[in-house]
Amino acid sequence: MTAILRPEDITANKLISSAAEWTLQYVLKPIGQILLFVFIAGGSISLLALVVGFVLQTDWHGIDILRVPARINLFEQVLRQLPNMLLDGITIGFVYAVIALGYTMVYGVLKFINFAHSEIFMLGAVVGYEVMMRLNEAELLSSLPPLLVVVLMIVMAMVVCGGTAVIVERVAYKPLRGAPRLVPLISAIGVSFFLTDFVRAFQALNRNVFNMPYLTDRVPFFNERIVFAQGVSTTYTTVIIIVSAIIMLVGLNYFVNATKIGKGIRAVSQDQATASLMGINVNQMITITFLVGGALGGAAGVLFGLKTTNITPYVGFIPGLKAFTAAVLGGIGNITGAMLGGLLLGMLEAFFSALLPYFPALGLGYSDIFAFAVLILVLLFRPTGLLGKKVDEKV
Amino acid sequence: MALLELENVHTYYGHIHALKGISLKVNEGEVVTLIGANGAGKSTTLRTISGLARPRMGKIMLEGVLLNNVPPHKITRMGVGHVPEGRRIFPELTVRENLEMGGFSVPRQQLQERMEYVFQLFPRIKERLNQLGGTLSGGEQQMLAMARGLLLNPRILLLDEPSMGLAPVLVDQVFDVIHQLHAKGTTILLVEQNARMALQVADRGYILQSGQIVMADSAKALQNSEVVRKAYLGEE
Ligand SMILES: Nc1ncnc2c1ncn2[C@@H]1O[C@H](COP(=O)(O)OP(=O)(O)OP(=O)(O)O)[C@@H](O)[C@H]1O
Ligand SMILES: [Mg+2]
Repeated sequence: MTAILRPEDITANKLISSAAEWTLQYVLKPIGQILLFVFIAGGSISLLALVVGFVLQTDWHGIDILRVPARINLFEQVLRQLPNMLLDGITIGFVYAVIALGYTMVYGVLKFINFAHSEIFMLGAVVGYEVMMRLNEAELLSSLPPLLVVVLMIVMAMVVCGGTAVIVERVAYKPLRGAPRLVPLISAIGVSFFLTDFVRAFQALNRNVFNMPYLTDRVPFFNERIVFAQGVSTTYTTVIIIVSAIIMLVGLNYFVNATKIGKGIRAVSQDQATASLMGINVNQMITITFLVGGALGGAAGVLFGLKTTNITPYVGFIPGLKAFTAAVLGGIGNITGAMLGGLLLGMLEAFFSALLPYFPALGLGYSDIFAFAVLILVLLFRPTGLLGKKVDEKV
Repeated sequence: MALLELENVHTYYGHIHALKGISLKVNEGEVVTLIGANGAGKSTTLRTISGLARPRMGKIMLEGVLLNNVPPHKITRMGVGHVPEGRRIFPELTVRENLEMGGFSVPRQQLQERMEYVFQLFPRIKERLNQLGGTLSGGEQQMLAMARGLLLNPRILLLDEPSMGLAPVLVDQVFDVIHQLHAKGTTILLVEQNARMALQVADRGYILQSGQIVMADSAKALQNSEVVRKAYLGEE
């Protein structure tokens, strides 16, 4: 795609000519893009749902091996479930998208999969829990405005997780920069175990707990429902998750594309040596990448905690793996791709979770298998991911 | 004191001894060229100056300040602009962003001035600000690379084969710019395969052969030297 160039627009003096243009470029455009992705993901899943529902409804192919009770009309069920399914998919999809950004950003600059990122995410969920507990102990939880509570949780998680990610990079990855590629990977797995056990030990000593239930039921606001139509409703928590995720995605887009540091990070991810010839401090850019990726992971942890309301020190593994998959699906290293991948994966998961309970022979537990089967299919046809591209370099 | 001075510099790539005791000087305002066959160590010399490769022995000094252990981004900020071999444009940044990266360490107010300056030298670039770097033609990429290196307002500009792979017209353009820069007093260390044109623009030159300097003289003298004419100017 090439933009149409009008020379009269292009003055070196003004990077962005007006506030309106700025808003368009860095707020409306990314929001539009996110909506487009929601639409693409939702649309393709709806289509899939309708086709599958239609096929399953006819019984000429002997699906009775799956032991669907005969009185259930699957097509009708799928249709009825569709709106809630989409909402569910969007919610979890946004959470995956935010986590996936951490994987993809670090991969972009270091060409390295930071497997400890899932535990940074878990740590975020735990920090959110701690903030809630402390507010509750200070008897502030139900008196403070709920939105403020959420903001406090997210900000604390971002600070702690951003900081932790930076320390992890310093201690566990930086000394291994020149080593063969598998070595830092092993180090990351080690950090993963360490963080899990550290949190487990900490909460055992601190509160003598393993399960950490979020106190969302102490604040009625979280569970109040917004009813869109008959049978289609959602909680304020869902809205909070979606809105915060969108704010973070838009913020990150601005950071990466419009700020000097963000551009520096992109330059480093394309060519470290040349970036250093520009006077860019490569190590500093790498640190900032971990800081931002960690902060996003932490925030995603809080959102995840709000959604699932019960977390443990082991809660990072599965969502982390899925977010990583989402990053690969979108094209690893590609920030926009991570968003699309996250949303698609969330949708797929929601779709199979909604559908599978009708098949007693299969059940809900299989939803991941189907979701991943679709992913593998996609990657067979597009190994670089949906938005990943092979860059041919000019010599 | 010379602006840039290398003293008995040895650089290795693992076991490969790429630079075997290079000594050279570049004075303020001079254009000095470094000529040599493929693999002689020209790029390695520039990379060692800008910190991308590290000398195992010897001294690299910018106005008497030792650069041996200064990280590359700081060397750049001290005023060493390096336009690397193969241009190394950031392919997925726009032309404008590539330029902004060149001015990464330059304060905002000055950056504006520098931008205007490089647009005067390379008017073509100004027309392509929103295009992705990777989609520029080879010639345009070279112009951009040089513009990017100049944004920093370097004390000394290291140019690594700026005419590589360019059509004759573009080679002329590139050397035209080097002449202009010279006239304005920019200090340049120029690495070239095109020895004839390099010696025309340069004040002095060094001939590099398998990691060693085998000849050092004024550009005039080198142009007239029997050996150079045979080996590097392709004359009988
Ligand atoms: N990264 C590297 N690893 C190992 N050896 C290298 C590396 N870079 C260069 N060399 C070797 O060092 C020597 C000098 O290389 P250098 O690139 O400096 O040559 P050059 O004079 O710039 O050649 P050219 O004109 O082809 O660009 C060569 O023998 C080359 O093979
Ligand atoms: Mg070379």
